[in-house]
Amino acid sequence: MATSRREFIQIGGAGLGAAALGSGLTTKWWGLDPDVVHDPGTDGDQVIPTFCELCFWKCGVLAHVKDGKVTKLVGNPEHPLSRGKLCPRGTGGTGLLYDPDRLKKPLLRRTGKRGAQDFEEVSWEKALDFTAEKLLKIKKVCGSDKVALFSHGFGGSFFKHLLFAYGSANVTAPSYGQCRGPREVGFNLTYGASLGSPEVLDIAHSRCLTLIGSHLGENMHNTQVQDFAQMIAKGGQLVVVDPRFSTAAGKARYWLPIRPGTDLALLLAWTHVILNEGLYDRDYVEKNATGLEELRAHVADKTPEWAFTETTIAPSTIVETARFIAGSRPASLIHPGRHVTWYGDDVQRSRAIAILNALLGSWGRRGGIFVPTQMSVPKYPVPDYSEKAKAAQDHPDGVIYPFAEEVLSHGVCDATVPGRITGKGCPIKGWIVYGSNLLQALPQRKNVEEAIQKLDLLVTIDVLPAEIVGYADVVLPEATYLERWDDISPVPWSEPYLAIRQQVVPPMYESKPGWWIAKELAKRLDLGQYFPWESGEQLVTERLKAGGHDVERLRTKGVIKGTPVPVRTDEGLELTFATPSKKIELYSKRMADAGLPPLPPYTRHEQPVDGQFRLLFGRTPTHTFGRTTNNRFLSEVYSENEVWLNAKAAKEQGLANGEVVTLVNQDGVRSQPVKLKVTQRIRPDCVFVVHGYGHTNPGLKFAKGRGMDDQTLVTRIAIDPVAGTTGMSVNFVTIEKTAGTAATDRPLSPGGAAASRAEA
Amino acid sequence: MGASSEAVRRGGAGPGDEPAGALPHRRYAMTVDTRQCVGCKACVLACKAENDVPDGFCRDWIVEEIRGEFPVLSAEIRSERCNHCTDAPCVKNCPTGASHVNEGGVVLVTHHKCSGCKACIAACPYDARFVHPEGYVDKCTFCLHRVQKGLSPACVGVCPTGTLTFGDASDPESSVAQLLRERRSKVNHPESGAGPNVHFLV
Amino acid sequence: MNTLIEATTTRANPGIDPSLHIWGWEIVVYLFLGGLVAGIFVLAAALELRSGEKPRGPALRLTPFAALALLSLGMGALWLDLAHRLWAWRFYLFFHATSPMSWGAWILVLIYPVGLLLGLGSLNADQRAWLRGKTPGALATLLETFFGWADAGRRGILLTSVVMGVSLGIYTGLLLGTMPSRILWNSAVLGPLFLASGISTGAALLLLLPLDESERKTLLRWDAAAIVAELVLIALMLLGFATSGETGQWAASQFLGGPYTAVFFSCVVVLGLLVPLLLEVVEAKRHLPFATILPVLILTGGLALRWILLTAGQHSAFRFLP
Repeated sequence: MATSRREFIQIGGAGLGAAALGSGLTTKWWGLDPDVVHDPGTDGDQVIPTFCELCFWKCGVLAHVKDGKVTKLVGNPEHPLSRGKLCPRGTGGTGLLYDPDRLKKPLLRRTGKRGAQDFEEVSWEKALDFTAEKLLKIKKVCGSDKVALFSHGFGGSFFKHLLFAYGSANVTAPSYGQCRGPREVGFNLTYGASLGSPEVLDIAHSRCLTLIGSHLGENMHNTQVQDFAQMIAKGGQLVVVDPRFSTAAGKARYWLPIRPGTDLALLLAWTHVILNEGLYDRDYVEKNATGLEELRAHVADKTPEWAFTETTIAPSTIVETARFIAGSRPASLIHPGRHVTWYGDDVQRSRAIAILNALLGSWGRRGGIFVPTQMSVPKYPVPDYSEKAKAAQDHPDGVIYPFAEEVLSHGVCDATVPGRITGKGCPIKGWIVYGSNLLQALPQRKNVEEAIQKLDLLVTIDVLPAEIVGYADVVLPEATYLERWDDISPVPWSEPYLAIRQQVVPPMYESKPGWWIAKELAKRLDLGQYFPWESGEQLVTERLKAGGHDVERLRTKGVIKGTPVPVRTDEGLELTFATPSKKIELYSKRMADAGLPPLPPYTRHEQPVDGQFRLLFGRTPTHTFGRTTNNRFLSEVYSENEVWLNAKAAKEQGLANGEVVTLVNQDGVRSQPVKLKVTQRIRPDCVFVVHGYGHTNPGLKFAKGRGMDDQTLVTRIAIDPVAGTTGMSVNFVTIEKTAGTAATDRPLSPGGAAASRAEA
Repeated sequence: MGASSEAVRRGGAGPGDEPAGALPHRRYAMTVDTRQCVGCKACVLACKAENDVPDGFCRDWIVEEIRGEFPVLSAEIRSERCNHCTDAPCVKNCPTGASHVNEGGVVLVTHHKCSGCKACIAACPYDARFVHPEGYVDKCTFCLHRVQKGLSPACVGVCPTGTLTFGDASDPESSVAQLLRERRSKVNHPESGAGPNVHFLV
Repeated sequence: MNTLIEATTTRANPGIDPSLHIWGWEIVVYLFLGGLVAGIFVLAAALELRSGEKPRGPALRLTPFAALALLSLGMGALWLDLAHRLWAWRFYLFFHATSPMSWGAWILVLIYPVGLLLGLGSLNADQRAWLRGKTPGALATLLETFFGWADAGRRGILLTSVVMGVSLGIYTGLLLGTMPSRILWNSAVLGPLFLASGISTGAALLLLLPLDESERKTLLRWDAAAIVAELVLIALMLLGFATSGETGQWAASQFLGGPYTAVFFSCVVVLGLLVPLLLEVVEAKRHLPFATILPVLILTGGLALRWILLTAGQHSAFRFLP
């Protein structure tokens, strides 16, 4: 090559020679300047297993730690819920850990009304002393049952324990009364068992999955969506009942854009067809269920033609889908849903779903609903709760919801307002709020704010300044899930396993793990004996050792597994039902005895008038409602919600795609300005938004002012007479153009309307 | 440009290169199953985390297309990225040799050879490239740094729906090759003539 | 039923989305000045080749140097556009035959010595004396050597200048024209079009200088020819688009009824080409000199042509096809 260099210089002009020389120098020829495969260097020096808390599904993650920083989170291949995969939120845990808006120090309200952002940073000592003093005073003056705990998230276990020790049964979460409660009640009444979280569904093996307003894929529970995709890959079919053309609807064999509020009519009509045409699982029903004849009589007049007038679904479609669904049984699952507090007859609708699943024989069957198993871990020895907890104070108006299995947050909220509580006078005086933004989670915001103003004490334990934090008297900054040990708790699932939540990096700022906060409070409440452990780590390791479990493996691999047992009949499971009749109760005598309809009756719900739209809300795969909307990493792909409106309806309203609008509900309550997504993907009688936006706390520097909060508009609720849960999809809005602009076009605002193109 | 963190390899193509055969003949490719994809964006975020992609940028992304009119609608969701084209216009248009074809046909940019002239960005039919805030042009690498360690690309590894499959399309035994044989597939903008290697299963 | 009604993407990369905007004024200035300089090289050399004698006007004798200064300005703009400015030298460690940018980088380097020799050879005795007076003693021998080369190989230098000018002019067009991903640039006509426009704008710039009458007439005639060529090439470009497949038709529609129609036809075709052409015909027939207005219109038109094509081209990607 050396000669060629000389030759070049001699031949061509100096320039050409230089070009050639340059080319040679580059030099793949001489190997001096090779091409490079750059390694971004995000692999950790250490890889520490734990499990996720970006939502409540509890997927196993492996945290890569490099120079003391978490560089990335990946799925733990050994964990049964993640199987090495993660949903988008799971990867985004770093966005929470390194959120610059995190609560960094304990805060104490200086003066002013709750809600005024007037706090001073104080020492933990002072914050805890103040809290304990107030709690002791409430206990002394009004009794221990006048304190309530709202708790959402795995770390809440320490505070539940604290509250029971303190002597209160008011342990509640909106995830029941405002979310999955009616489903659990409906299934419990029918099968004597509920579905829990993670739901015990064998979707991976379903041949037909029917979704009623449940939008898997947008509702991104990792394992469930993995199973969902596996089912599709194997040729399983979908029937999707949804007023909105959801992601799942886009994959469905049948999409039934039902009129909101009429799902029960469709379910009854399907039941009618399946019974009438004898398509149900006779052997299964005969062996396992009671009340078939009553059911048959009940749905005798619930014809597809009748349902058509309610649902707007053509009778032929109802018949066709009923046959299709039944044709795939028993691996045909009517998904029980998760957020099901819609119209106030939600337990009855869940019952109808439970009944239909029974007719298909899907309970306990492959491709249906499995009966979970779990490992056991001995309790850490602590004394019995000395204070005998009185009944929960969640029935202020004296109405007892006979089948409510958990304490109702909405009721606790009511019981906080003086005058509403029946019997003895003292209302609830203290709230401890752990990881639950009640102002976006509970309906009827005015009531919530009124209750808050009546309290003697509001303590929040949180990682970020959610709206509720701005109303607190004391703010206790908790370490994130990556910075703390939590208790260990077996998860009921198809295979028995234990997973560990261990500290990956030390807590940042002055945040503290929940176990420490609870223990310190307990000390000051003279309840120290209930928290004998020195640390979360000690608590967990002692419990594991006592159970004979492999602590080392849990710490290094994150998971240990137990001996599998049959969870479906094809694996050898014998079906048993914990109902009074020991059978599936199609007809519920218990409900009849309680004066409630023993078979699901159809109630016609009010429909919006012209120009009004029913407000529906749901999820986006990248966020866990308001919990993650300040997460800048996750917001890279979805940073603000938008209102979905049918294209034809938009035209009638004179509204265009991307326009900024305000929603005004039937009571005149106005939403924040929000962008409009004009779309073919929704019925013309409803609008849809992703829940969890429209934050107002100035501490949420990223999320504040992005999009709208739907819960503000839920001023009307429909209380379920069976479970006391609050139906919230009963609010109607009109749409106004907004002068000025929404908080759009910020640096980080991709996705959604910003990038959406043409609208026909 | 810390040399210590860079795995240095010779390029696989280009003028004056070493004779072919120095590297095994591989043709890395990806299939994206549009039936299974729910557009959750786990791939996008896993890529950002793995590759430390700067805020506001992405190397892969989700496209959702809706056709029809209410209530007769169809949807297609695609996870998209650099197509690592067989006849890559970006490589052809690169004046400094920064953009090159690496192992298995993977198109990469050597950071310290890139002057940021953006000719490759203009040349890319898929708009898959962007200027990294540090000045060089950046894009999907098929996570070659992982692939060389026997791992799958980060997006493939994280995908909860099993939408993404990566492998050597020239190996008939590979899952990618099998999927391409057994399923109907398409590529984006075949009219670009660039020979894209990300295939969408329909 | 199957028409696409909604398309959303999560990608929002700066510079790329919602549509490409990687190249701005820097590249417009560079393409314009590059074309202009190309034109000056071709014209200055061609004038001398045609007449067989050195330029008569003193200003015209200095144009090669002015051209190099303008080219440096253009290269400065190009350098400003680089995202990795300190890595600009990387252009010169490599030659990539398939990359017009690479060709351009080397042409830009080669044109300097050619321009220098072209300019030195054009200088008359007074100008040479002045230059000798200003040259430090150490470089005096070198200057004499250059003068010797410039005079000895004059014809070769003139021919090389034409070749270099044509290369530079065509390259500025090909730079865009070889990007199949930008539908609007995807035309082989772009090279000759930019060359013709470069010659026209080069002539316009020269027409602003004090010229000998015969030189002025020649330049006007050549400019008119360049303008006619441009019109033909624009027509061919649009025709080419309109008669090709779906993508081409979409490209043509951008100028024929689409968003760029008004600005393209008013600024480029009418004000930048047709009006100057008319003025040139009038000047030729009626001997009415439009000393300033004519060149200014042409120069503005040339700048507009590059600005519009650069902008419209960046906005034309496959993903925007209906």
